[in-house]
Amino acid sequence: MTETLFEKIWNSHVVVERENEPSLIYIDRHLIHEVTSPQAFDGLRVNNRKVRRPDLTVATIDHNVPTTDRSLPMIDETSSTQIKTLEQNCQDFGIKLFGINDPNQGIVHVIGPQLGITLPGSTIVCGDSHTSTQGAFGAFAFGIGTSEVEHTLATQTLWLEKPKTFEIIATGKRKNSFAVTSKDIILSIIKQIGTDGGTGHVLEYHGDAISDLSMEQRMTICNMSIEAGSRAGLIAPDEKTFDYLNNRKFTPKNYDELVDDWKNNLMSDANSKFDKSFTIDVEKIEPQVSWGTNPAMVSDVTSKVPTPEEFGHNNEIQIESAKKALSYMDLKPDTAIVDIPIDRVFIGSCTNARLEDLKDAAEIVKGKTVNSAVSAMVVPGSQMVKLQAEELGLDKIFKDANFEWRESGCSMCLGMNPDILKPGERCASTSNRNFEGRQGSGGRTHLVSPVMAAASAIAGHFVDVREWC
Amino acid sequence: MKPFSKIISIITPFDKANVDTDQIIPKQFLKLITKSGFGKFLFYDWRFNHDGQKKTDFILNDSYYQDSQILVTNENFGCGSSREHAVWALKDFGFDVIISPSFADIFYSNCFKNGVLPIILDIQNIKKLLQFKDKVELDLHSQTIIFGSESITFEIDLHRKIRLLEGLDDIDLTLKEDDKIGIFEKNSSRISIFE
Repeated sequence: MTETLFEKIWNSHVVVERENEPSLIYIDRHLIHEVTSPQAFDGLRVNNRKVRRPDLTVATIDHNVPTTDRSLPMIDETSSTQIKTLEQNCQDFGIKLFGINDPNQGIVHVIGPQLGITLPGSTIVCGDSHTSTQGAFGAFAFGIGTSEVEHTLATQTLWLEKPKTFEIIATGKRKNSFAVTSKDIILSIIKQIGTDGGTGHVLEYHGDAISDLSMEQRMTICNMSIEAGSRAGLIAPDEKTFDYLNNRKFTPKNYDELVDDWKNNLMSDANSKFDKSFTIDVEKIEPQVSWGTNPAMVSDVTSKVPTPEEFGHNNEIQIESAKKALSYMDLKPDTAIVDIPIDRVFIGSCTNARLEDLKDAAEIVKGKTVNSAVSAMVVPGSQMVKLQAEELGLDKIFKDANFEWRESGCSMCLGMNPDILKPGERCASTSNRNFEGRQGSGGRTHLVSPVMAAASAIAGHFVDVREWC
Repeated sequence: MKPFSKIISIITPFDKANVDTDQIIPKQFLKLITKSGFGKFLFYDWRFNHDGQKKTDFILNDSYYQDSQILVTNENFGCGSSREHAVWALKDFGFDVIISPSFADIFYSNCFKNGVLPIILDIQNIKKLLQFKDKVELDLHSQTIIFGSESITFEIDLHRKIRLLEGLDDIDLTLKEDDKIGIFEKNSSRISIFE
């Protein structure tokens, strides 16, 4: 019988399976951060339970951290308490923590792969929905709630109903592979399948247009799988995957042996059956810009803000949502996307703050200056990304252009630290969610790729970055 | 967890689609390190003006609905962030049941861990419930909602139903399988991060 990649990973992690019941699935990697874990550790304490496998568990601090000078005391007392709580919990329960001043600190989904903690064929969880990022390595990686964090800490397993499978076939070649990025591919997919198109499913991406992508670009695709409602995103590992993970800090000692095994096993069998399928031709994809308040409300950069009817077709609920979104975003239908002015630019987040993202953005910015009406910042995805970027002189390019160059963290993707939009401010953001108030109460988010964000920062409004390179 | 019992309550009609967890509980309230007290922050930006005054036109500020235990809403409820704080806020505010044509996966799972029952109904029944003003009777045991002279049955996974009805603790149940977890680890050794 043929099996999909997801089914192979699932089957090799089943601890208990009974008819018509969820299965007990073993978890290989558990990543922890400060926001969704304190109540889980409390639960362990109350019930006098231990962490079953500290050696499969690792923690970092990313959501709350200031991205300004970290030698200064933190102003926000509640954030500070949450961070201290994680430090204490890691100490009490014997968990390795990459703390606020650790060179390996960074956004949890950026450091997992970067440190070689993420492995093909493994099951990976974290109390954060963007855990799906790590599916780019052929792992079943998914976000969980705090109760499941506690459950994983105590038992190293989770009760799961087996998700369905959904293949996304991406064919063709991007017309301008510098200006049209994997961010544009995933935004186009979400625009078409909808924010709940993947609910209850694991998306497996394949096809020439996926093989063509670098590991960092693939991570952007898997990262935003959750924005299509899916449980996880998955890409079968190949030579690029194995090269990426080679010689990382925590790459396993018997790596070559593992790679041989992965090469033979980690792919969907030919003719394996998926529950759903969707094909996209990337040749037709343009740079994308979101105009609304969910990640399916997206337009081509050369087009206009749609009318609610054009967006919702005959679906009353969608038409109503679009009306509400346009009102929140203070946009009128038929406005050309390139005529939308911006106040802020945020290059950062687990979606688009890895080294390649910063390199590409710097390529656009080099020798230019941020528009005087715009305030722009770059927040590297991890301290290691920051250091590598500085070794390449990218920090200087950004700073010379009047970008702020910050320390790593989740920052303005969700604005839990002081990096937030003011009410009414409009931001070109490389992050993943354009929900109302996501980047600050009353703030307006437009999702774009790093090169689109960089070019828009210079111009002061959205531009077709294909004309810049 | 308290066992889930029969509910007799009016419905709070909340006819919105794609309600994300950022709206249910905005990020500034995720810094607490306890599970309690999130109700007062529920739908904060929709409930309150910038000056902290309640918005009079928002349904959750209408005193008619203040004792309602049932929220009826539209598709893809609870999408976005995995924050369980969203369920803690809904529960603390007084909602024990959320009824929608569809839920986001993580939110759906989070509900059961906190004694909140998420019910999936088709759009026709949702429309009827959104308009029903009197008290409804909701019984998980028989999987029925009785409203006026009508009755709807709903589907729910048996395993999850039993856990809710008995208020069982997931970890206690899993630890009964401890020997099987041990055997699994022995048969296929897991790669330690720090070998």
